[in-house]
Parts: sequence; C-alpha cells; structure tokens
Amino acid sequence: MKVKSKKVDLAEGDLTPMIDMTFQLIAFFMVLINFSQTESNERVVLPSSTLVKPPDKPLEFPIILHVAKDGEIILGGDKYTTETLGSGLRRELAVLKVEGKSPADANVIIRGHQDTAAGQIQEIIKVAQDEQLEQFALRAKEDRS
Amino acid sequence: MRIRREVEQEKNELNMTSMIDIVFLLLVFFVMTFKIVEMEGDFTVRMPLAGNGQSSTDDLNLPYKLRLHADGKGALTSIELNSMNMGTDFDKLRAEIVALVGTGEPIEGDSGPEIEIDTDYNLRYAHVIQAITAVSGYRDQGTGQVVKLIEKIKFAKPRRG
Repeated sequence: MKVKSKKVDLAEGDLTPMIDMTFQLIAFFMVLINFSQTESNERVVLPSSTLVKPPDKPLEFPIILHVAKDGEIILGGDKYTTETLGSGLRRELAVLKVEGKSPADANVIIRGHQDTAAGQIQEIIKVAQDEQLEQFALRAKEDRS
Repeated sequence: MRIRREVEQEKNELNMTSMIDIVFLLLVFFVMTFKIVEMEGDFTVRMPLAGNGQSSTDDLNLPYKLRLHADGKGALTSIELNSMNMGTDFDKLRAEIVALVGTGEPIEGDSGPEIEIDTDYNLRYAHVIQAITAVSGYRDQGTGQVVKLIEKIKFAKPRRG
C-alpha cells in the first residue's frame, strides 16, 4: 500500500531579482557616498560663480571658517565672533607650528553664506591677517548655467 | 508490511532572511546618509598684513579701485570702477576690465594688475563674489575655456557703521 504524505505547499517567491537589485542599489550608494561632508555646514549656503572649479588637489593646511548668515563663525565645530576668532585661529596655528609650518603656509578657506554682510568677511580676513595668515580662499559653488 | 516512503528530494535551500535583513539595513543607511554634493571651488586671495603689501601709495602700479555701494538691506545699488559709475551691471564691469587689462596672456607672478575691492559693510556677500567673478575672468562662449583677467585681488579696510 502506498501511503501518500501530504505536504503543505509553501508559496515561495523567487527572491533572486530582488536581491540583485538591492545589491546594485547598495553598490551605487557606496560609490557615491561622500564622507568629506565634514567640510560643509548646513547653515551656510554658498554664493555661486561661473568661474570656480573644484580644485585638482586639496589645499594644504586648510583652516575652514564657516560664516553663517547672522555673521557667526564656525571653526572646528566651535562658534566664534570676529572678536573671539583670534583665539580659535591661534589654537589652529599652534597645531601647525608643531608640524613645523608657519602661518603663511596655511590656507584660510572662507565659506561665507551668500546673504551675510561683506564687511563681516572683510573683518574675518583682518583678524586672520593679525595672526600672520596670508592665504585666503573664498569658496563658492560652481554655477554651470 | 513495510511502508516505503517516497524518497523526497531534499531542497538544499539557504535561509535568506537574515541576509536580506542586513542588506536592507545597509540600503536604508546609505539612502539616509546620501546627499548630493555641490561642486565647490575657490577664489584665491593672497593678502599679507598691511605693511608688507597693503600700502600702495608709493607703488607705481596702483591697483584698480572697485567700489560697491549697498542700500540698507544689503542690495547692490551701484558699482564704481576707478570712480566710473557703471550701475549694477557686472557684464559692463567685465567689459571695462577687459578694455583695461586686455585678453592677452595673463602676467604671471606679482607684476600682474591688481584690484582693490571696497564694499559697503552690509552688502550681500553674493554680490562680492559676483564682482570677483567679473574681474577675475570669463568663460569663452566658443571654447568654454576660462580667460583670466585680474588674478590679484585684495580688500580695502571694512567700512563699519
């Protein structure tokens, strides 16, 4: 006698295409992810210019100053005003000195909000000049239109 | 009587659930952290402290003076190049700079033309970048190459108040 065992049919879909697509998506995002986002600040909307181009190589010894719309300066996560910025810059320069470099070797990258007062940027440059800094880079976003 | 069970073909299936869980977690992480990066570039300004290069009174090669006026809200009201008013038109400013400097080979080193930007304190920074763009060069319509005009840019003292 033949005994038939009844098996419950499991409704199994073929997962292969879904997994393929998911891995493709992961690969896409992994390639495009940019961890150098630390350079940007959500409070700063850069002005645009048709002439600027991303540099071929990053600037040496950068000191990045974010200038918000209200004129607040952000350096290394700390907030400063033009009056207190000098102390922050001196701290950065101390690190530079340990590496055997002079202030003239440093590049001050100013990421100013497009609506901030131009005088504020001038004052920041003046404070940096007082700390013997000479090289400034005014950052703007590329306008391809 | 011996009951013979039909030899069932065992399917050698891996349990995919945990892998799919991890894969989806990774996918969610990348989707959440993804941000389209805007291309950024710099205008390089070399400005040593006054005394080394700021004073140009005894310099024969005087810098061009660009004066930007603003209203109370920071909007641009007029552009003056060497006291010549040119409204608020940056293209006119560029044309004037081309006429002054020419479009020949840019002069390398410290001997190139220099411009000093003097703005009202509350002028929107975007206008200063527009002015720097206008004086430092333009993109050739035909070739798409950047033609450089003035590379030495400096700022006057801030006008507070």
